[in-house]
Amino acid sequence: MNNHYIPVAKPVARLIEEFNRLPGIGPKSAQRLAYHLLRMPPEQAKALAEAILEVKERVVLCSICQNVAETDPCPICCSEGRDRGRICVVEEPLDILALERTRQYDGLYHVLHGVISPMDGIGPEELKIRELLARLRHNTFSEVILATNPNLQGEATAMYLQRLIAPLGIRVTRLARGLPMGGDLEYADEITLARALEGRMEMKGI
Amino acid sequence: MRAPRVYKTEAIVLKQSKLGEADRIITCYTPYLGKMRGVAKGVRRPGSRLSGHLEPFTHTSLMLAQGQNLDVITQAQTIEGFWPLRQDLRRMSLALYAVELVERFTSEGLENPGLFRLFSAMLHLLGQAEDPESALRFFEVQLLERLGYRPHLDSCLRCGRAPASGGNYFSPSAGGLLCPFCRSEEPIVYPLSVAALQWLRRLQAVDIAEMDSLKIPQPQLKELALRAREYIRYLLEQEIKSAAFVEMLHQEEGRSRAR
Ligand SMILES: [Zn+2]
Ligand SMILES: [Zn+2]
Repeated sequence: MNNHYIPVAKPVARLIEEFNRLPGIGPKSAQRLAYHLLRMPPEQAKALAEAILEVKERVVLCSICQNVAETDPCPICCSEGRDRGRICVVEEPLDILALERTRQYDGLYHVLHGVISPMDGIGPEELKIRELLARLRHNTFSEVILATNPNLQGEATAMYLQRLIAPLGIRVTRLARGLPMGGDLEYADEITLARALEGRMEMKGI
Repeated sequence: MRAPRVYKTEAIVLKQSKLGEADRIITCYTPYLGKMRGVAKGVRRPGSRLSGHLEPFTHTSLMLAQGQNLDVITQAQTIEGFWPLRQDLRRMSLALYAVELVERFTSEGLENPGLFRLFSAMLHLLGQAEDPESALRFFEVQLLERLGYRPHLDSCLRCGRAPASGGNYFSPSAGGLLCPFCRSEEPIVYPLSVAALQWLRRLQAVDIAEMDSLKIPQPQLKELALRAREYIRYLLEQEIKSAAFVEMLHQEEGRSRAR
């Protein structure tokens, strides 16, 4: 490849620009994806476009657990078969999928939509913590499982939540450190996660 | 000097950002290469051998290979994990503030081994000091000193008179003290009490070994924190973001003590 200026058709340039905004996609990958779409049969491209639109139109945040879902409340919050005495707090919706795959947990969830990250200016107010506390106050839970990622921000968030929840007299547990420090929960394999769930431990008060 | 193709360095991790599917860009501070960035591949997957050695404020030994844009971290081994900072939310928040100060004030390729030693000693101190907040005020003073921003506190910057006995003023733009007669010479000045001035001068002179048990009284601690904040804001032209979290924890602790 050379660096000479090559004129790109405007719609293609726009597509490249849009791809470039997505997480994990740099300028090179954006170009590759755009030219791949150009070669795609029209029906397939249309299906992709519709899927994107549908996601924005049909998917909502569950007003109880803050998970992304097609209905509000979401199927997990509505389910009769789940243990309503336990609640598992995660950073992102994808973490719920990872935990569900273990088939080791049948309680409820709460999605924070992020972690405390002081250096990025992200404090507790930016997360769904107020909603969590309201849930804990207005329902009877016997256990809160803190399943934030095993890295610095995840630990900070767990410690912060522990402080807030302790006065409510609910048992607070944290996923066991079977998970290596510094990783992302969404990449954990089922066995590691199942073990981590099994070995969760009480958080000591400060 | 360009680093060789494969090289080793000590480093303290300052921050991480996500890259691609499972990689991270690690920003760290080193004794001889100043601030630097490197790519750590696959560290977001559990089971990565590198990830546990690259968490923020870990003092680590790195092996890097020159890359096209960023160098690639091929090995990492923890020298000191500063465990006490990870188990106590207040100490952790103060350490993050110290880390952010270093991140904002230093540049790539600008060596300052003295600052590196101060920083690593400071992380130790924040983990064990009786009063970590006093230790942090010491760090602010010493960091500014090593970066060439030592404020002039011995006499009034304008008239040269000794500090007034009833209180003086601090001017971030002038970088030091103004007496009550000269305060209007600078557009923005902040009051500086006699007790706070004494503490500031002591923090400029004291050895870090004495900081373990040093405890600045609450009113002066608060005053020094504010003056440091204003001076740093002036120098960087922006806020230290972690300060908001430190402040929030402080207030919540105050409230729960009051209950
Ligand atoms: Zn729900
Ligand atoms: Zn004067």
